[in-house]
Amino acid sequence: MDAGNLTLQYLLSGITKGSIYAVVAIGFNLIYSATGVLNFAQGEFVMLGGMVAVTLAHFVPLPVAVAGAVVIVALVGCLLEVLFFRKLRHHSVLHLIIITIGLSIVIQEAALHIWDEKVRSLPYFTGNEISSIKLFGAAISPQVIWVLATVAVTVAALHVFLKFTLPGRAMRACSSNPEAAMLAGINIPNMRTLSFGLSAALGALAGCVISPITMTHYESGAPLAIKGFAAAIVGGLGNPMAAVLGGLLVGVLEAFSVSRLPAAYNDVSAFAILLLVLFVRPHGLFGRPGGEAVREH
Amino acid sequence: MSMLLQVQNLRCGYGSLEVVHGASLHVCAGEIVGLLGANGAGKSSLLKSLVGLLHPWQGDIFVDGRPTRGQPAWRSLSNSMVLVPEGKMIFADLTVRENLLIGGYHNPDRLLQLEIVLDRFPRLRERTSQLGGTLSGGEQQMLALGRALMARPRLLLLDEPSLGLAPLMVQEVFREIRKMKDLGVTVLLVEQNVVGTLQIADRAYVMETGEIILEGLAADLLHHPEVKRAYLGQGGKKSWE
Ligand SMILES: Nc1ncnc2c1ncn2[C@@H]1O[C@H](COP(=O)(O)OP(=O)(O)OP(=O)(O)O)[C@@H](O)[C@H]1O
Ligand SMILES: [Mg+2]
Repeated sequence: MDAGNLTLQYLLSGITKGSIYAVVAIGFNLIYSATGVLNFAQGEFVMLGGMVAVTLAHFVPLPVAVAGAVVIVALVGCLLEVLFFRKLRHHSVLHLIIITIGLSIVIQEAALHIWDEKVRSLPYFTGNEISSIKLFGAAISPQVIWVLATVAVTVAALHVFLKFTLPGRAMRACSSNPEAAMLAGINIPNMRTLSFGLSAALGALAGCVISPITMTHYESGAPLAIKGFAAAIVGGLGNPMAAVLGGLLVGVLEAFSVSRLPAAYNDVSAFAILLLVLFVRPHGLFGRPGGEAVREH
Repeated sequence: MSMLLQVQNLRCGYGSLEVVHGASLHVCAGEIVGLLGANGAGKSSLLKSLVGLLHPWQGDIFVDGRPTRGQPAWRSLSNSMVLVPEGKMIFADLTVRENLLIGGYHNPDRLLQLEIVLDRFPRLRERTSQLGGTLSGGEQQMLALGRALMARPRLLLLDEPSLGLAPLMVQEVFREIRKMKDLGVTVLLVEQNVVGTLQIADRAYVMETGEIILEGLAADLLHHPEVKRAYLGQGGKKSWE
């Protein structure tokens, strides 16, 4: 394989992982916009999506298992909001963020009990681990195509939802000006629940499509939360579409740094980018100046 | 005339500080009622507690005879009551059109109503795809009024709609409010522009440090010695600011 092909291979692997970070970053954004909370349990939705789908796939066809997992995890997301955040609204945002970290640990422990510490994975959606598609000389697993296509369609659908539907516009209105949104008769508590449900659903879907490639186990969510957080900040919080670019950037840089640096530095690249961006552009690479990357409350 | 809004002995405040000390007022269907008072009198706080943005501590609120005290703000619209808050509060990163459509969130005929509102405010029609935050102050006030009309309210609560506008624009806003009345919308108008308000209002209340100290027909209040002294700067240097 020549250097050009190798580069392409790294690029593709980076984009694949990056697209998952992008989905997690979108989840961060949706919840942050609606509630002001950074939800560090975001990665657990991805893990739960994979785990639930693997279990369901024993009983039902794969597409049904994936759909079922998305719905179940979305409900879990809604439930978390109703049980914890709705009741604790009057606490400071910092408290709420710490609660999300606690929840993330609780969810991992629960997953360890419900399932076990074994690594699982969904079957390849089409083909198997050795089938590959040649693209510009690089060998790509068909599952990579599934990941990229699913993420692309999801992002497009989310864009249409936020931009052109009444509930989507209402969500944006809530993040733009909650008081004015209330005066327009928008049920803000329900919008917050919706943002958790939607983020959880997106995370679960990502967890399903990536499962055949990266495997799923009870601890696989936590690193995703960190990378997704980095992606959201790099893109600029408050803009779900910038999160996509942030995610891809983090993924690609990570893939190339893995090719150059010892494995121990694997996770360092995401933080290096994060810190660099925070120094140079505190509002994120694609965020508008004025909207700080991390809003003060 | 039927009473659309009735407020009895309302108390509200922030933290442990009470800023409205038992205010009573009423608005009949079809009226424009002014609520005047100096800075910090508690006018905005009173309006906020009417719609539930601020929790009333005591007292009663009836809309159309139904008690509404204690309901969350997002439910105030179901009493066909809309507050246009102080400082415009438009959705800065939504377009003018989206701002208006959100105003009609509960109105199934929102697209129809959008046309009606855009006909009323041609300035907004020219700018439907402009972001709300990039409108001029006067245009934002028009947008806030238009957005409120999207819900087809029976009772409109306006908090200082003339704030920060140039004299010509102030006139235009007062004209629009006057037109609302002709459309059958009842208005409770909080203002510092005493003359402008008393000219379009049927009745008015005057509030001072959390209490309503005067009420009467607008025409009478315009010539009331107390109003003249305190608010119109006549017969004394004490201004209302
Ligand atoms: N969020 C708040 N927290 C604490 N105190 C407040 C708050 N909002 C208003 N106040 C206080 O309540 C009192 C009444 O304020 P309010 O805004 O109701 O007055 P107002 O009559 O609307 O004045 P203006 O004409 O300047 O708008 C003031 O003393 C103000 O400082
Ligand atoms: Mg005020």
